[in-house]
Parts: sequence; structure tokens; C-alpha cells
Amino acid sequence: MTAYLGKAVSRVDGPLKVTGKALYAGEFGTADLCTGYVVNSSIAKGRILSIDTQAALSVPGVLDVITHENRPEIASYNENYTDMDAADGKHFRPLYNDRILFNMQPVALVVAESFEVARYAASLIRVDYEAEPHQADLYAQRSNAHKAPTPMPPDRGDADSAWANAPVKIEAEYHSPAEFHNPMEMHASTVIYSTDGKLTVHDKTQGVQNSAQFISNIFGLPDGDVRVVTPFVGGAFGSGLRPQYQLVLATMAALKLKRSVRLVLSREQMFSFGHRPETIQHFRLACDREGRLVSTIHEVIGETSSFEDFTEMVVVWSASLYQCPNLRLDYKLAPLDLYTPLDMRAPGAVLGMYALESAMDELAYAANIDPLEFRIRNFTDIDPASNKPYSSKELLECYRQGAERFGWSKRSQEPRSMRDGKQLVGWGMATGVWEAMQNPASAKAVINIDGSLVVSSATADIGTGTYTVMTQIAAEVFGLPLEQVTFKLGDSILPKAPLEGGSFTVSSVGSAVKQACETLQQQLLDQAKEEDQSPFSNLELDGVVFEDGEIYIKAAPSERVKIADLLKKGGTPSMEASATASPKKERDDYTTATHSAVFVEVKVDEDFGTIQVSRMVSAIAAGRVLSLKPGRNQILGGMVWGIGMAMQEEGMLDKDLARWMNHNIAEYHFPVNADVHDLDVIFVEEHDEVVNPLGAKGIGEIGIVGVAAAIANAVYHATGKRVRDLPITLDKVFE
Amino acid sequence: MNATPARQLRPDAGADTHTISLNINGKQHELAVEPWTTLLDLLREHLDMTGTKKGCDHGQCGACTVLVNGTRINSCLSLAVMQDGAEVTTIEGLANGDDLHPMQAAFVEQDAFQCGYCTPGQICSAIGMIAEGKAQTRDEIREQMSGNLCRCGAYNNILAAIEQAIPACKGGLRE
Repeated sequence: MTAYLGKAVSRVDGPLKVTGKALYAGEFGTADLCTGYVVNSSIAKGRILSIDTQAALSVPGVLDVITHENRPEIASYNENYTDMDAADGKHFRPLYNDRILFNMQPVALVVAESFEVARYAASLIRVDYEAEPHQADLYAQRSNAHKAPTPMPPDRGDADSAWANAPVKIEAEYHSPAEFHNPMEMHASTVIYSTDGKLTVHDKTQGVQNSAQFISNIFGLPDGDVRVVTPFVGGAFGSGLRPQYQLVLATMAALKLKRSVRLVLSREQMFSFGHRPETIQHFRLACDREGRLVSTIHEVIGETSSFEDFTEMVVVWSASLYQCPNLRLDYKLAPLDLYTPLDMRAPGAVLGMYALESAMDELAYAANIDPLEFRIRNFTDIDPASNKPYSSKELLECYRQGAERFGWSKRSQEPRSMRDGKQLVGWGMATGVWEAMQNPASAKAVINIDGSLVVSSATADIGTGTYTVMTQIAAEVFGLPLEQVTFKLGDSILPKAPLEGGSFTVSSVGSAVKQACETLQQQLLDQAKEEDQSPFSNLELDGVVFEDGEIYIKAAPSERVKIADLLKKGGTPSMEASATASPKKERDDYTTATHSAVFVEVKVDEDFGTIQVSRMVSAIAAGRVLSLKPGRNQILGGMVWGIGMAMQEEGMLDKDLARWMNHNIAEYHFPVNADVHDLDVIFVEEHDEVVNPLGAKGIGEIGIVGVAAAIANAVYHATGKRVRDLPITLDKVFE
Repeated sequence: MNATPARQLRPDAGADTHTISLNINGKQHELAVEPWTTLLDLLREHLDMTGTKKGCDHGQCGACTVLVNGTRINSCLSLAVMQDGAEVTTIEGLANGDDLHPMQAAFVEQDAFQCGYCTPGQICSAIGMIAEGKAQTRDEIREQMSGNLCRCGAYNNILAAIEQAIPACKGGLRE
């Protein structure tokens, strides 16, 4: 029996969010709060010759202008700037010296009594540079690319000969531009300075402990002097996985001025740090006449910066998803004078799977096989990259249920063969895949004499529903009403949690919450056993039931004890237990992954070339979905992101300036309400006892993976035009 | 009405201040504001009413939507001094204690948000849109709500929430 898990529970933090009471990083304050505003460089490479701050400093209300010349001491060693999601290389050190490494690099921070004054004074600062030639063209740097420093699955067979000799084959190159996370809340840090020099920091982050450790290391602050508290995060999608420069600058100002400082980046400045890397993917794919893959050659060139090597899991999926005897993978990085790319929703997978699933569609057409049937013929339940079985892989069921809901059987294979008046109709599909990971995580559970249960862990809720699902897990284990359970997160002093990302929060922190609650239950049962002639004396946890603040014997429900009475007799107002959940060894014998099948209908106007995604069905196999409302919402959000990736999103770079030109959300397009139509989510039943004790694989990323390819394939089916350059805009369809 | 004396806000840059009168969520305020302060920054930076969100400061995202005399506007595109004498309703002024406005309740029930940052703007915009009488079909709602971006992509649930709340909101703002 389950009271809450798998049910549609409304978000426990919903009322705070709809009333404006949820406080985000840039919304905390104190009486002595002052405000910062960042000045960014206007060149991409070179050095600062001088910074004229006189005019800014003379504005009434300006407290200071901090530059590399007058900043407080900060660490110089690279290792001090390493964070939990750092890329390999020499990490960026804000305001460290006169070197300029990328356009819009922060070069000064104005601190003033008010936001308006700080912003105005920032406009008065003049910086003289000595510019050096820069490189911002990925195609021009293609020949300078180096091997990506990341483990790769081994090659198999002889992919080149197999491709050369195959009866059916395709060769294609796919390009995807830089994309920006653009969470609605801009990156912000509020540093509350206490008179004893200790800092309470509200930072927009996906890991409060990551931010706390980062600034402790940079400013040489003793453990315990920095506490990061971030109860709400206004979206992040990966942008909060690494501490961003506003955290360093706000802390620097607070320490220098011995005052509390708030620093919020502008939307323009949200384009001054990490982004999904521009990527070129070359594919050679071949099959026999029955449509069985015989060769896969996937070669990728990704963008990185001049100072770090950003790698992501972009080619690995081509080794694992389908059965194929001959395989060759290549992944290179080309350094550009831009900021280092950054993990962005389903990093790597959305790119690699865009290319793989586009190539699969092209090959299905070359073999004259229905694209869905083609994928089914190449299905494998053994991971060919590791020769391990998947712990579960209900992908065939995703194909079946998704196709049925979509009506795929009514599709005609020929491009331009379906229409609705003046609209060319296209139906396309793709497979999606993402890893089902688990990382060590800790949690604490406290039961109080008033019957309330408080569970905590230093994880985050970036809109993913962490508050809600953890509350559901704890309430379920303890048999308590949801209202009696509180889950605390977003505070660096709470039990250790991994970064909130990678779809592993439910798997990692959820397992810790369950384990902490069960440990606490064991303690309560042990206490009950200590009573004289206790009816519980010979029982273990599986012989008793926790319900509504009582423990009773499963086989004799009239034998029961109130938890409050146990605490009273023990003379304590509460009892607590902590636990650390780690991935079990058994996982090593399996590949663990989530899968999806995405079906898309597009309508392309024959005269105007406008493209609309009129319908999409996504069938998801992600193990057990514990919290249905936020869970479904995550998949819907991923589908919307897929629409953006396929049709709208593109960081437009002026290569002569190495500067993003559309650095605002009027010109960097992502979907609005009118772009989104009929979206349908199916959660396919999937049982998995390997991934973790909850059987939940995580669902933050899987919703977006495959969507761009499914849309591109649908556009081909509608128009006969294969666009291999994202985003698919009307000019490319009809050029 | 609870009138409060004209309040000098945060220390300024020596700019002249203008005294304006604003009714915010039923409470009368006399405020000395600088001419360069937007209605959004007045709320967030000076009055600590952070329920109204800043997502771009350029009128591109709708997160700062409030109701001024019942009409939805982007508060980042209006200087506070332009609103002298106006009645402003923000997200903080919609519920009656713990009793949520029907639009707020519908947003919770339909899970019409994830991170919650665009949500106050979505809710104020939806109430304003219904008062405009333009939301007759689902496609019209989608079009009329397209000035309110949601990066989490909760648009289908936002649409469902608005559809649910329309009957209860028809008379404009609930008393």
C-alpha cells in the first residue's frame, strides 16, 4: 500500500510560490544592505591598461569601485578555484589580474547605497585595453582541436571497413549552436556580513555546499565562517552547477567594506558565462539490407575555452543505445576565446542524441524502412559498450504505447505525402536516453513529541519538486499525514548532499531520506523494546507498522504504542537519526538508464514556411515516478526545451568581436505560451530493484533528449528537406 | 486607508525626489522617489515587496507584471513617478490571509509552475487578461499570455490553471 508515492500531490511549496512569499537569492536583505553592479569587458582577449573610476567614485551614494588593482587578497592557486562541477584546466579567477580571457569578462564592481546609483556609476567607468587577436570561429579552429580529456567507450570491430562495404549507408554532418540557460531568475548573491566577520550567503546555486566551499577556498575563510542558505532557486538548468562570478564579487565587496552586499546580474550579463557549447557532429552510419546496424562512426568537435577543457557525454550514447558490431568514436575540443561552456539540461545527451537520432532517421529512409520499425530492429537489452545488461529498459513498451497514442500506424513513409489544406504535415520520432545515476547523500530525520517529522539534506529545489517528493517519501515511510512532515534543503549546514543535477536527486537524496527515516524508526522500535514485557521485544522493523504517530504490531494491531509516549518516557522532546545512502554494489553489474520514445507532428505552411509543432507524445521509462505532478511537469518542460532547441534557440556570436549579440530574451528566442500546443506524457511502467531502494531513476533530463531529432525528422517528413543545422528556421527549410 | 508619512527611501545620488501617492494592495503610501526609479525597483528594492519579480528589466519577460488600476503592465517599464495616485495590485495583495485567490489556487492545483519565479507575473497577467475580456479560446489565452515567459516550460499547466480559474475570476479582482 502506498499513501503518497506515485500519487498526484500538489507541491508543498506551492502556496509560497503563488503568493510571492518564496524568497530567492537576490531578495534577502538587512538594514545595512548595499548594492553592487558589474562592469564587463568590451574586448575578448588582451589586457587592461587602466581603469578610470574617478567619475564613478564621485557620484553621491557610491561606496567603492573594486578592480583587480584594489581588490582584497584572493587565492592565486588554481586548486582553490576548483568546484564540484569544474572543468579541467586553469579556472577563471574574477578580478584576479589584468588579463582578459573572454568578452564581457567582469573587470570592475561598483558598490553603492542603491541599485540605481550603482548602475549609473558603472556606466561612468572607462577601461583602456590592449587588445590581442582572438579566435571565436569553431569551424576555423576545427583543425586545432585536441582530444577531449574524458573516458570513452572502446571502439568495436573495424567501423571504417564495415561502413565502406555496407549495402546501405549515410554520411551527414550536424551543427548545433551555443545555447544559454536563461533561468527566469538572474544569477544573484546576497552576502550578509555579520559583525563577527561571518558570512551568510544567499546564492543562486544548485549546490549550497559547493558555493560555501568555493568562497571559503578563495578567500581563505575558516570552516564555519560561511553559511550558504538558498531555499528557492528561480530555475537553473545547469547554470547553478558551478559557482558564478557574482558570488565571488559580492563576497569580495562584503569583506572589503565590512557590509552586506547584494549583487544581481542583468539579463545581458547572463550571457557572460557558461552555455551549451556549439558542436559539429559528423556521422557515418550503415546497415544491412534487413535494417540491422553494421557500422557507427560518430565524430564530434565541441567548443571549449582557452583556459578550461569542457567535456560532456556527447558520443557515449552511440556506443550503447543500439546493437552495432562496428563502432568508432571521436571527440575533440576546439578552444575559443569565449567563457567555458557549462552543463545545460541533459548535457551532451541532447547533442549526441540529436545527431544519432537524425542519422537513424536518414538511414531508415535509405533502407526504406519505417523509422520506428528500424529502431525496434536494432533494440538491445544488453549494453554493447559494456556487455552488461540494462537493469531495466522498457524502451520497446515506450515505442508501443507512444506510437499507439500518437497514431503512428496511420503514417505514410513518403516525405510530403501528408497534408492538411495548405499545411504540409510531418510525423517524426526519436529515441531518448539518459543515465540513471546515484551519488552518496546524507539526510537527517527528527521526530518531535508533537508528532511532527522534520527531514533535511543540503540539496536544492530548482523547480524540480524536491521539497514535495522528499516530503512524500518521509511521510510514506513514517505513515504520517503530509502536513506533519517538513523537508528542509538549501542550507550548507544540513547533511551533505551532491549537486542538484543530472536527474540523480531523487535517486541519491531520496534514498538517504528513506534510510534516515528507517534508521529513526529502528531507534524508536529499540526504545519500545526496552519497556518491561514489551510486546515488541521479538520484533524487527518488518514486523511493525508506523502509522499516525503510533507503532503497532502487524500481526496484532491492537498492540500499539504512541511515539509521543516513547519520547516522553525517554525524557526527550525529540529523537533524531542520520544516514548516508550510497549506491549498492549490485549496480556495477548493470547499465542503468532512462529511456523515451518521442513522437512529433509538425505543420509547415506551404506558402509561408512557418513551422508549428502541433502535437507531441513522449513515452517515458524512468523506473518508478514518485511524485506525479512535478514529475509530469518535468517531462513537459523538457519537451518545451526540445521545441526551443529544435526551432528557436541560438546564441548569435559576432565573431569579429567574440561577443554574443542577442544577449537579451527578446532576441534570444525560447518558447512562449503560443509556441506550445498539444503535449502528451506517458509514464511507462518499469520495475527496477537495482537502481536504488526507491526504484526511481530520475526524470529531470530525459524529457528533452531526442525531441530536437524527432522535430527535425518530422520537418523532413513534411517537406522533404533535411535541415542539419539547428535551429530549424523557416529560411533553412525553404532555402 | 492607512496613510503613512512620505518616506525617504534609500540614500540617493543627490537627485531630486518627487513625492507620490500610491495605493498598493489597499494600503496608502506617500513616497519620496527619485525620478529614475522604476515601479518594479520601488517595490523590490525600496519597499521590500519582492513578490514581483525582475527577469530582464526590459519588458521582455513579463515576470514583473502587476495590475495598475486593474490593468496589467510590466512594472519594469514604468517609472514610479508616472504612477502618482494609482492603485497597484501585486501578487502579495491577491490572497485573503491563507485563503488563496482562485487564480493562485488553480496554479497550485494544476502545478502551473516549477521554479516559481515567473509565477507572480503569470498570475497577475492572467487576472488582467480575463478582465480585458479577451480570453475566449485556448489559442487566445496562449497568445494573450505570451508576454509572460516561463523557462521551466510549464505552459500547458498554466493554460489549464487559467481555464480552471476563469469562471471564478469573471468579475475581475475578487473583493
